[in-house]
Amino acid sequence: MDFEDSQEEATFRSEARAWLEANVPSEDELAGLDGMARAKFWQKRKAESGWACIRWPQEFGGRDANAIQQVILGQEESKVAAPETGVFGIGQGMAAPTLMTWADEEAKKQFLPRLASGEDIWCQLFSEPAGGSDLAALRTKAEKDGDDWIINGQKIWTSGAHYSDWGILVVRTDPSVPKHKGLTYFYVDMKSPGIEIKPIRQISGEANFNEVYFTDVRIPDSQRLGDVGQGWQVSLTTLMNERASIGAGGGGTKFSTVKKLAETVQINGKPAIEDSHVRARLASWYVQEAGLKYTSYRTLSALSRGAIPGPENSIGKLVGAVKSQDMASFAIDLLEQQGIVRDADADEMFGSLFQDTYMSIPGLRIAGGTDEIMANIIAERVLGLPQEPRMDKGIPFSEVPTGN
Amino acid sequence: MNFEFGEEQNLLRDQARGFLTDNCPPAVVRRVLEGDELYAEDLWQKIVEMGWTAVVIPEEYGGLGLSYLELVVIAEELGRACAPVPFGSSVYLATQALLAAGNETQKGHWLPKLAAGEAIGSFAYAEGNGQTNAASLQTRFEGGKLSGHKVVVADAQISQLMIVVARSASGDGASLYLVPTDQEGVSFEPVKTLDPATNHANVSFNGASAELLGSEGGGWALLEQLLDGAAVLYAWEQLGGSDRCLEMAKEYAMGRYAFGRPIASYQAIKHKLANMYVKNTLARSNAYFGAWALNTGADELPLAAATARVGSTEAYYFSSKENIQTHGGMGYTWEFDCQFYYRRSKVLAVVIGSEGFWQEKLIQASAQADVA
Repeated sequence: MDFEDSQEEATFRSEARAWLEANVPSEDELAGLDGMARAKFWQKRKAESGWACIRWPQEFGGRDANAIQQVILGQEESKVAAPETGVFGIGQGMAAPTLMTWADEEAKKQFLPRLASGEDIWCQLFSEPAGGSDLAALRTKAEKDGDDWIINGQKIWTSGAHYSDWGILVVRTDPSVPKHKGLTYFYVDMKSPGIEIKPIRQISGEANFNEVYFTDVRIPDSQRLGDVGQGWQVSLTTLMNERASIGAGGGGTKFSTVKKLAETVQINGKPAIEDSHVRARLASWYVQEAGLKYTSYRTLSALSRGAIPGPENSIGKLVGAVKSQDMASFAIDLLEQQGIVRDADADEMFGSLFQDTYMSIPGLRIAGGTDEIMANIIAERVLGLPQEPRMDKGIPFSEVPTGN
Repeated sequence: MNFEFGEEQNLLRDQARGFLTDNCPPAVVRRVLEGDELYAEDLWQKIVEMGWTAVVIPEEYGGLGLSYLELVVIAEELGRACAPVPFGSSVYLATQALLAAGNETQKGHWLPKLAAGEAIGSFAYAEGNGQTNAASLQTRFEGGKLSGHKVVVADAQISQLMIVVARSASGDGASLYLVPTDQEGVSFEPVKTLDPATNHANVSFNGASAELLGSEGGGWALLEQLLDGAAVLYAWEQLGGSDRCLEMAKEYAMGRYAFGRPIASYQAIKHKLANMYVKNTLARSNAYFGAWALNTGADELPLAAATARVGSTEAYYFSSKENIQTHGGMGYTWEFDCQFYYRRSKVLAVVIGSEGFWQEKLIQASAQADVA
């Protein structure tokens, strides 16, 4: 039992580090570029040298690397001042694996290299007002018209729709069959006529998501992935990759920051850190934080010997999100009346970290599978417990009760 | 990254689980719980024959000279089986105290006996309600003799050797003392506890012959070191019990029907079991790090040990109580085995200091470790 790289991993790490150190763009190179342009600049440079999407086959811009090499590259990249490239996450992490599994060679050659190099940005058009946790209850419909399909309906919670070039889309093509059997999967040009994008303002005040309306949007049949009616199966490829890509979140609200806060504020005339209640709460959070960290080490060890990560990775978000929420709430309490101030300039040491965390975590506990869905995944796919009986099994989608 | 057990440990785990399935089924736990035996002596003899009491004792003292990674694997399996044997007292505490601080004579005399099962060790620390600390210690050592009173000492009556935390004559400091129990100056008063499958006694020392273990007055630092190691080992034993509770709850929920379907299909039960799984998984990962720190003697041991201990204590309490809850009324009957784990989880939760004690140690250790 150790934390060392194998010989092969160490070699890869030094190669990655050397390339990163030599190629991370300088501030001069990035001058005048906004966040998106910086991301694209850096992604392009990585792709040109084969350091983007390294797990992909070489022909699509990767270098046939394994999972542990991907992790090592991520670790090394986090140590250098590289531009943030999160905007490519959905395209590279979810759309690309789906294309790789389900698209024909021509489409793979057309799209995958552009995904790797950051030229195209993709979004995910899955959730609907009537289909969240119960995703397959979606109602946006597609009707065949010659070699095209005509799409009508509404998607929701679409991150980055407003700056995306392409979207992956699941729609209903047959409401007369049971719900999982009537779905079909497409990809769509986000500039298509009939697509309207409206930002959704969140309780945090930001607008990271959108509603996307489809009115008689035309998609050629050549942009279908999988057979007509096979959309659910194709979606599962995407969803398996989503779970791996949504992290624990919570950012800077962690044990060390809340402990630091407790050293600076007082309870009963003494530093809060000397209060036994505060110490016990902090200790419990440390145990969770360390537990998550060492669980990830165990996952990395499994990757290192070639295992495939499974549904047990649902733990990170399930534990991490509510932990951050509770810690932020506790930190605000420690600050007493001053704690409700949400102004990045009001506090020299912490800015509005705790208040921002408090307002953002409710979203994280819902995005990419609610806490409850994550617990179901653990119960059903890890522990092997049976599903709840369902009212929508074996009947046409059109006859499923909707409450409306 | 190789944060996993190796092939030898995995083989040992299979072997240990098979051995305990055969030799420590629930009927053995129940026999001790319900009967007059202080421990399962027959099982203990077989455990000794397996060499488990000798695992980390060096070969020169009659041990196997293996690592702590082997010992934690055995601890976990004993926890799963809820084994009614003095393994923790003798192996995690008494043996460890001798290994850490014994002089050559002490080690040469006692370690071969502990390894071969000719002696059982115990550990006496608490003196009454609430925490015992360096300032509150009443048990005193003077002129080679020990006097005082220790309460609820695990495996006291079956031990031949007791490690006692006491105040040294020449100052205020605490020291550890080595006390053979077969002498006039040591007397026992058995106590009833939450877990009759374990045995405990109050112990009185009236001028008992005792020897200093380690340096005089330096005992508190030694005690802390001893407790850190024991915390990791108990954490693994607790984890084994906690995992077994999840298995029992799952087995029962899959087979028990209510309103026409298995109760395991209700989200109220599924989420309860998912919670157990989450707590056990985090506790296991922390226990891994504790095992690594103990095995390598890393500077991180105090923090790693406290983290492992708090995580396992919390997980075992949760799993053992929710296991009863999942079993419904049957779980509350004497006839069912859920009680074994609910009882044992609390005995193990306080054996070397409660969750609160270890939370405090964790925060103190985090200040030294410069946690990022």
